[in-house]
Amino acid sequence: MKIIDMVCIVCPMGCQMKVTLDDDGKFVSVKGNRCPKGEAYARDEVTDPKRVVTSSVKVVGGKMQLVSVKTDGTIPKRLILDAMKSIKSSSVDAPVKRGDKVIKDLLNTGVNVVATRTVDKN
Amino acid sequence: MKMKYDVVVLGGGAAGMGAVNAAKEQGASVLLIEREASTGGVLNQCIHTGFGLQVFKIELTGPEYHEMYIEKTGKFDALYETMVLDVDLKNGKLIAMNAHGNHEIEYRSLVLATGARERPFEALRIPGTRPSGVFTAGLAQKFVNLENHLPGHKAVIVGSGDIGMIMARRLKLEGVEVEGVYEIMPYPGGLTRNIAQCLNDYDIPLHLSTSVIKVYGKRRLEGVTVVEFENGMPLSGTERFIECDTLVASVGLIPENDLVKGKIEMGRDEGIIVDDLMRTNWDNVFAAGNNVCIHDLVDFATVEGEMAGRNAAKVALGETLPVREGMFSAKDGIRVLSAKYTTASEPFTLYIRVEKPMGIATVNLDGKAIKGVVNARPSEMIELNLDPKKYNLKGKIEISAKEVKR
Repeated sequence: MKIIDMVCIVCPMGCQMKVTLDDDGKFVSVKGNRCPKGEAYARDEVTDPKRVVTSSVKVVGGKMQLVSVKTDGTIPKRLILDAMKSIKSSSVDAPVKRGDKVIKDLLNTGVNVVATRTVDKN
Repeated sequence: MKMKYDVVVLGGGAAGMGAVNAAKEQGASVLLIEREASTGGVLNQCIHTGFGLQVFKIELTGPEYHEMYIEKTGKFDALYETMVLDVDLKNGKLIAMNAHGNHEIEYRSLVLATGARERPFEALRIPGTRPSGVFTAGLAQKFVNLENHLPGHKAVIVGSGDIGMIMARRLKLEGVEVEGVYEIMPYPGGLTRNIAQCLNDYDIPLHLSTSVIKVYGKRRLEGVTVVEFENGMPLSGTERFIECDTLVASVGLIPENDLVKGKIEMGRDEGIIVDDLMRTNWDNVFAAGNNVCIHDLVDFATVEGEMAGRNAAKVALGETLPVREGMFSAKDGIRVLSAKYTTASEPFTLYIRVEKPMGIATVNLDGKAIKGVVNARPSEMIELNLDPKKYNLKGKIEISAKEVKR
């Protein structure tokens, strides 16, 4: 058994958690989280950490040069750099509405990259 | 042009939007004056998540929070790309200017929601040259997230404020080499969760008790020297030169109150002093958000803005608000209190910051412990719910914090 310290990053509360692992490094239990999301986060974190990625995508013919985007769910942390390559190489035509899917099924994760703001046509 | 409104709100960021929304709900006529071309303030460039848990009960990015709040507010009168040049608090008038000329605007109530500006790198008084390539974190953020420019190729971050750490991650994701984050204090300046998700996730080192002491470069930044500090003094022999073309400073925010300086009660940190109704020392002037005190959650700024807007509308429509009954003072262990006065009429939330990190701390009201806090840190605001039915909030009230266990 091993206990590790972890800060939950799911929300700005930033709960300080103590996560108990068994001898094989598998999740056993968590203390210090104030909601169930903390437990899910801790469980993922010791198996396959996941993150929401936010970035921006080039807009063609818009009032803004860029539209801010996010993944509409978490993706495995190990895929972040590949995800950034896809995000950087894509562009979208104005107008863009909040929630528009800019990239569908990012790297076969089932997660989409969606616009987080509106960009009107120029 | 001459205009007349019940409530005029200066600044359309998180707090100002809240004020417009709440004043409108009370049935007052409202005008927003904003110097940028749209509302949202810094939310527009804060494309990361972490907003909205209090106000919308879901986690949002900055741009989503902005758009959703504006949709909730509906239509309102606004002057964009407009600067207020002068305020006449005695007569309830202000002069504003934009591309269409000068405007004289009369108000019954005024809400100041002008936010904060970044402390510039120059304020650190660090010797060396002044080449290009030195940015404040928020400016670098605006370049990268709104204007599609990269500030450079290899960056050093000085100061560990939240925007600095968020920019360390952002620059790394955009292909910039981020050498490290340097913090002069022995503890980080930003939220612990940002150390985890912005620095640790990307193997960006955080060097505590270490800071930049010299800047090199003629036209463009060529490098900086960092040194370790002990008890606030540089430790000789620990100097290290780092080659870099970009220096990003995340060294704090300063309430932006130039417009009313000398006209309104302000604290030593240049924040406007308010009571629990977000009212200043003028009965019809309210203030909310980062020009009162620097918040770490945008939601708190909006909640304060809503309170300011609601009360501003009430005063404009003829209601008399309760008078001030109590005065808070920050004692041992406390660095910041969000309000100085209270009317002791309704329960309210006082936001506080402790002076230094504490293991387990108690927050005390007149010496009596009323709240326990685990891992109290200056970077993380503590909410103190004060109910006048539960505590004596009249007269002088001392707020202090004490470490009970390391």
